[in-house]
Amino acid sequence: MEIILSSGIGIFAASGLWLMLRPRTFQVIMGLSLLSYAVNLFIFVTGRLKLDAAPILDTSKAIDPATYADPVPQSLVLTAIVIGFATTALFLVILLALRGLSGSDHVNGREPY
Amino acid sequence: MIAAFLHHIMVLPVILPLITGALLLFIREHSRRLKSALALVSTGFVALIAAILIYRAQNLAPQADVYNLGNWPAPFAIVFVLDRLSAVFLLMAALIAFCALIYVTAHWDRLGAHFYSLSQFFLVGINGVFLTGDIFNLFVFFEVMLAASYALLMHGSGLARVRAGAHYVVINLVASSCFLLGAACIYGGSGTLNMADLASRLALLPEDTVLICQIGMGFLGIAFLIKVGMWPLGFWVPATYSAAAAPVGALLSITGKVGFYVILRLSLLLLENDATGLHAAICQILFYGGLITLIVGFTGILASQNLSRLAANSVLASTGIVLAAMGLDHPALTAITVYYILSSTFALAAFFLLIEPVERNQDIAADVLAVTMEVYGEDEEEEEDEIGFYIPATVAILGACFTLCAILLIGMPPLSGFIAKFMMITGLFWPQGPARAYILPNMQSWLFIIFLALAGFAQLIAMTRSGIRLFWTSLETYVPKVQISEIIPIAALLAFCFTISLAAEPVMRYLDSMAAEIYVPANYIHSVLGGAVEKGE
Repeated sequence: MEIILSSGIGIFAASGLWLMLRPRTFQVIMGLSLLSYAVNLFIFVTGRLKLDAAPILDTSKAIDPATYADPVPQSLVLTAIVIGFATTALFLVILLALRGLSGSDHVNGREPY
Repeated sequence: MIAAFLHHIMVLPVILPLITGALLLFIREHSRRLKSALALVSTGFVALIAAILIYRAQNLAPQADVYNLGNWPAPFAIVFVLDRLSAVFLLMAALIAFCALIYVTAHWDRLGAHFYSLSQFFLVGINGVFLTGDIFNLFVFFEVMLAASYALLMHGSGLARVRAGAHYVVINLVASSCFLLGAACIYGGSGTLNMADLASRLALLPEDTVLICQIGMGFLGIAFLIKVGMWPLGFWVPATYSAAAAPVGALLSITGKVGFYVILRLSLLLLENDATGLHAAICQILFYGGLITLIVGFTGILASQNLSRLAANSVLASTGIVLAAMGLDHPALTAITVYYILSSTFALAAFFLLIEPVERNQDIAADVLAVTMEVYGEDEEEEEDEIGFYIPATVAILGACFTLCAILLIGMPPLSGFIAKFMMITGLFWPQGPARAYILPNMQSWLFIIFLALAGFAQLIAMTRSGIRLFWTSLETYVPKVQISEIIPIAALLAFCFTISLAAEPVMRYLDSMAAEIYVPANYIHSVLGGAVEKGE
């Protein structure tokens, strides 16, 4: 499981970085999204990988912390997703404005010579 | 009763602008008077509270004031921490925001929607960064600040602003990803995000876990250095700052200082007692990175063909000076660095506000031509016989403000820019204070002194050149119409510089004790965790 997850994060990050260095705005925004997926998965994993473990304590039974998933990274990743989503949406609007003002979808607002 | 009240006003710098900003959204855009009045009252209150908090931090020192949000105990929930360092930055940010908001009432608020709300949200983010004691919460406040700054940067729209804005947003989104990676590494390694808890745990962690935390700190460092604009992460700075509208430029000049604050806070808190050599390495990076930033900055200053570029490159130069001084890592120098940050931020904010009125009615092509003509030596224009040369009052006032800004940025006597640079150099020779024996500075210090002087000289050349071009030209075509609400904030910002020059002694006494305090992380840790540390060990 570790191998699959870590290589998944790696592939997300690598493709994200590559797309981000491309000259078209759409590629850049896709790259940023992929990079944020990689980061969000990474945050999630910092709570260690666990199967079938709840993050919320069940008080009806005796509590053994080892059987629970760490709830903190889950809440962190939720916050990060929300913030990332909002800023990406904002960025999309900016790119549309740039496209409208410059008539080009190049990140510099003009076609390369 | 009063003590409890003073304790609780600590959250107001975050809560008050948040409520005001939200309320302002419901007021119609064309009732600008009301909007500006509300925003000014809120920002004024924040400034007042920040002043009270400075006194409070001073009284409580070396303890920091800790506010448990939701009254949950410290390492488990988010805390706000107020000490002398955060109080100083709070006051600085509030004063600059207040001046920028006065300036906006002239006509800038008509350029786009929701300026006042955005400025309030911007203030929420900045104040939150200064107050929070939790790394993830720091990220959230950073994002609040940045989201507002994206929109502020594009206030007034136009191709140049949107293009600069798009680049600024991409760079900051990448920086935010770095920040998150760093925070995740730190949590994965240490199991905590509370700064005080983290600082106390770092020493107890096994070696491989410490390594993960240190990688995390590296990511955080990259994120903050992008925000500060250190070379090679700061190529966005000139384009962004020079594209912003004047009051936005003044507000943006605070964002860089937020980066300085976080670097000071975290590097001293987490790495002061570090045995792995990471702290020394970071100091080296900061020092040489700072020096190169300074060189890039003053080269840019000399090459600038208009005032906005000049101002943007001056931001880079002062960033370089601050980073290099931080890299020298010395308590005496840290206090002076904060003094320099105060002085240069006020001066740069005043300069950003001044540019637009000065350049009003001037066409940009003439500027470019003037610089090109100087390069090719074709400066003999037709000789005008100037009989009786009169300077209109507006031009005289603008000229005076420009001269004062120049004096502050160059670091000429008698204003605070000079005092700061003079103290930096004497601090290197007499690290124990002037009464003790002096030491011969090492190679790094010499490099720093040389480039400090060179930067001042470059600034002198560039400012003189543009001053001559702007104020000694023939005046028939050029008498800008400037409103009183544009002059007042510039004068106020310069007055703050006067104040810290005249009151340099008490200000420095405050900053010296502040530096001594933040160099002992135990103060901060004990204030936040109380007895928990002793119990844990």
